[in-house]
Amino acid sequence: MANGTVAVSEKTFYEESTNKYSGILSWLLTTDHKRIGLLYLYTIGGFFLVGVVLGLLMRLELIAPGETIVDAQTYNSLFTLHGVIMIFLFIVPGLPAIFGNFFLPIQLGTNDVAFPRLNLLSWYVYIIGAVLVLISLVLPGGPIDTGWTFYIPYSVRTSTNVSLAIFAAFVLGFSSILTGLNFITTVHRMRAPGMGFFRMPLFIWSLYATAWIQVIATPVIGITILLVILERTFGVGIFDPALGGDPILYQHMFWIYSHPAVYIMILPAMGVVSEILPTFARRTIFGYKAIAYSSLAIAFVGYLVWAHHMFTSGISDTARWIFSLLTFIVALPSGVKVFNWVATLYKGSIDPKPPLLWVLSFIFLFSIGGLTGLVVGSLATDIHLHDTYFVVAHFHYVMFGGTGTIFIAGLYYWFPKMFGRMYNIKWANIAAALYFIAFNMLYFPKFILGYMGMPRRYFDYLPEFTTLQEISTVGSWLMAITIIIIVTNLIHAGLKGKKASANPWGGVTLEWQTTSPPPLHNFNRHVEVNHEPYDFSQLKELEYDSK
Amino acid sequence: MDQNKHSEHHHVTGYGVYILVWLGLIALTSITVTVAGIDFGMVALAVAMTIAAIKSALVINIFMHIKFDQPIFKVFLLVSGFTLIVIFVLTFFDFTYR
Ligand code: HEM
Repeated sequence: MANGTVAVSEKTFYEESTNKYSGILSWLLTTDHKRIGLLYLYTIGGFFLVGVVLGLLMRLELIAPGETIVDAQTYNSLFTLHGVIMIFLFIVPGLPAIFGNFFLPIQLGTNDVAFPRLNLLSWYVYIIGAVLVLISLVLPGGPIDTGWTFYIPYSVRTSTNVSLAIFAAFVLGFSSILTGLNFITTVHRMRAPGMGFFRMPLFIWSLYATAWIQVIATPVIGITILLVILERTFGVGIFDPALGGDPILYQHMFWIYSHPAVYIMILPAMGVVSEILPTFARRTIFGYKAIAYSSLAIAFVGYLVWAHHMFTSGISDTARWIFSLLTFIVALPSGVKVFNWVATLYKGSIDPKPPLLWVLSFIFLFSIGGLTGLVVGSLATDIHLHDTYFVVAHFHYVMFGGTGTIFIAGLYYWFPKMFGRMYNIKWANIAAALYFIAFNMLYFPKFILGYMGMPRRYFDYLPEFTTLQEISTVGSWLMAITIIIIVTNLIHAGLKGKKASANPWGGVTLEWQTTSPPPLHNFNRHVEVNHEPYDFSQLKELEYDSK
Repeated sequence: MDQNKHSEHHHVTGYGVYILVWLGLIALTSITVTVAGIDFGMVALAVAMTIAAIKSALVINIFMHIKFDQPIFKVFLLVSGFTLIVIFVLTFFDFTYR
């Protein structure tokens, strides 16, 4: 497919920069989408590890009934911070900002995103948001203790640093909107010649659907946060019942953003799955259009279900059954995807490399997460399960087991392309197996605990819950070991790993048709697309040797 | 990309139009304020929202040039507007029947 000549450079994007600086400044002032993707990788990855440490501390507290290592107030701050970091600093920006930035232009066959400077700005805005979170921890008043949902009226009454912490979430929202705008424009304006919408890889489709949610939904949380800050500073009485406000209005506004936001988290992950499966099954994806359209469908239906988080809050009965019904509809497009993925594997020539193993874990864990979502989406069962550990288990299965697993799968898949080096496959396989065991040990007991009545957000519990809590804590240690193995393997590979070839897995999307790591302008040739995205008949022409 | 396509559509709006629209907006604002003084009961909200919708339509079409731009931008705006309406309607399923 390659023809035409373009000024050929042998240098990679590490050796050539978009500005006149070298060293650290060439990174901090870069407008290269690949470098910005890596800046995001290091910062988001760092916050993920901080979030994990907070999670481990909570699990340690919960190893036995009564106060073990922290008191009640500290525990409140721990789960709030863990939630805020994991949601706003890790999982919402995660896949789009890292892999989206790095691979969206390459997969479209272009040299950068539409607005490279805006792209760098979005990283700085992210950093400012993160710094504000950190400042809110040390200021007098103490770390925020409301839970990551900042529910009124408590968030107006507590003396901890709520205003600054939620203002940080406001700032982070801007970063998200900028990335979304950039991606929408890039997809519409910068596709390589021949790359029609239906020749775009499915990862791009999912980023495109996500970008729309980022742009349309994020302003709602912005407005909500400003109103809470107004309420706290001036006591205007929009939400606070003591001043004639309506606390349920807050919950509506919060979830009008935060429910679509769960699709910001999961859609890009589903896109990555649709990339990895064809590569390792060596056949085209089953139901390309169905998967592409289901991304848009999920993005849209995702707006219609927010009040299923509020079944027990006192909303009207009419609203309750309508939202319960609508919730079941979201399961349809998600089901379309899962069936298409499984059908892609059917009669494929499966190559069980680490990225595929992680994707298989994902399908299993995400299905449990999704199906238990229907349990809490049903009005009757939710009355029993609301605010119990069942919910904690459910959302860890979808967010961590879903998006978190794919975050690691994506790293294993694209690492050789991003860094030009290969990691140790054996250790990657061991990590995959350990992860699966650790994950289920850590979170499955929480389903049972929740069903038995263990409420969420408590630092203490009744003696009859002890055994299951202990299993979960031991699972968290196993998880810690797994994460250490993953990180060590990757860092070691980045520094000392074997050189990776341009196409180590035998993929056929455009990122596998350039060098590893890519040159500054992504391709040393003129790109023109005349294949479907997952057409493996091209593999003969591409530089790929299966050994 | 296709440079010509953009410049073809370049539209210049005269100052007269801008001033007329501005006066229109002020008039609508005063209507909103006046209407707020009359007791319309449940309909009051609908009236206020209708006037607000007309005002935004004017601003978006004339001041923001959407009227003269490529149709794709209208699609984008309609998608956002439609989402907003859906959200309002669904919220009222709670509020109205509580
Ligand atoms: C080793 C990894 C992790 C461990 C040990 C862990 C553990 C926990 C624990 C013990 C809680 C508090 C339960 C309660 O008392 O209600 C919690 C809450 C939470 N976790 Fe995790 N977690 C981990 C990873 C993650 C990841 C990857 C995410 C998101 C992507 C996440 C998102 C959340 C959220 C949103 C909450 C709710 C916070 C709140 O109630 O406000 N966690 N986690």
